[in-house]
Amino acid sequence: MSPQQFFFIITAVVILVSALMTVITRKMMHSALWFVLALLGVAVIFALLEASFFAVVQVLVYVGAIAILIIFSVMLTRKAMEDTGSQVNKTWVISLLIVNLTAIGGFLAFRSWEVLGTFPTALMAEHYDIGELGMALIDPERFALPFEVTSILLLAALVGAIYIAFQRKEGKK
Amino acid sequence: MIPLSWYLILSGLLFLIGLLAVLIRKNSIGILMGIELILNAANINLLAFWRYLYANSGDHRGQMFVIVVFVVAAAEAAVGLAMIISAYRRKNTIVANEINELKG
Repeated sequence: MSPQQFFFIITAVVILVSALMTVITRKMMHSALWFVLALLGVAVIFALLEASFFAVVQVLVYVGAIAILIIFSVMLTRKAMEDTGSQVNKTWVISLLIVNLTAIGGFLAFRSWEVLGTFPTALMAEHYDIGELGMALIDPERFALPFEVTSILLLAALVGAIYIAFQRKEGKK
Repeated sequence: MIPLSWYLILSGLLFLIGLLAVLIRKNSIGILMGIELILNAANINLLAFWRYLYANSGDHRGQMFVIVVFVVAAAEAAVGLAMIISAYRRKNTIVANEINELKG
């Protein structure tokens, strides 16, 4: 087993265990912290895939922004879900069944696939450069349009989030 | 060297755990975390396929998809949490089952 494989397995175990703890922990605060650990593990996986830019963005966007947002909302809404009563729906048996069926279906589709044994060819130095991706993003022949559409989506989401969360003074009951 | 299937198995399992979170959690914030896990699983898949099949041909479509998924995840978290906070202010609950004002 190469060091890379060893590292991958450790990271994968950390990701899966912390993701599972995110689902089954009773306290939302603990659940959110496990979630942060899972996101950091995914950043390590990105680094293993030699996508260093995405590893950094994962830490910045997910761990830096989304996780903080989630932790803030958990703290703001803590009274609503006191630690009494069940944290899972009554239909959890059906949910487990659905997840298991999805797993079996995915496995059956997965087995007979010939790309699985592919090994990576060493990444050439000129493709390691993030500048190439940056140029592709602003090239009208390539990804300029998706890039602009994405930025409009982000702007609309920002305005919408502020509008929804804004507390109106006059219409208060 | 890690075969491609390892990444696919990891992202498949992560997807299933996220699906489980979406299905069984009562708390809306828990459901949102499940959705984020699912998006992360998709990102692992996209980057793995990009790295193994397209990285050396100068094809950036996989990376572009990952960038779009990042932005959509950030937008979704911001709007979703704003909605949860707003619902909490009005109804004093964040249990997804009890937020049913639009129900006929």
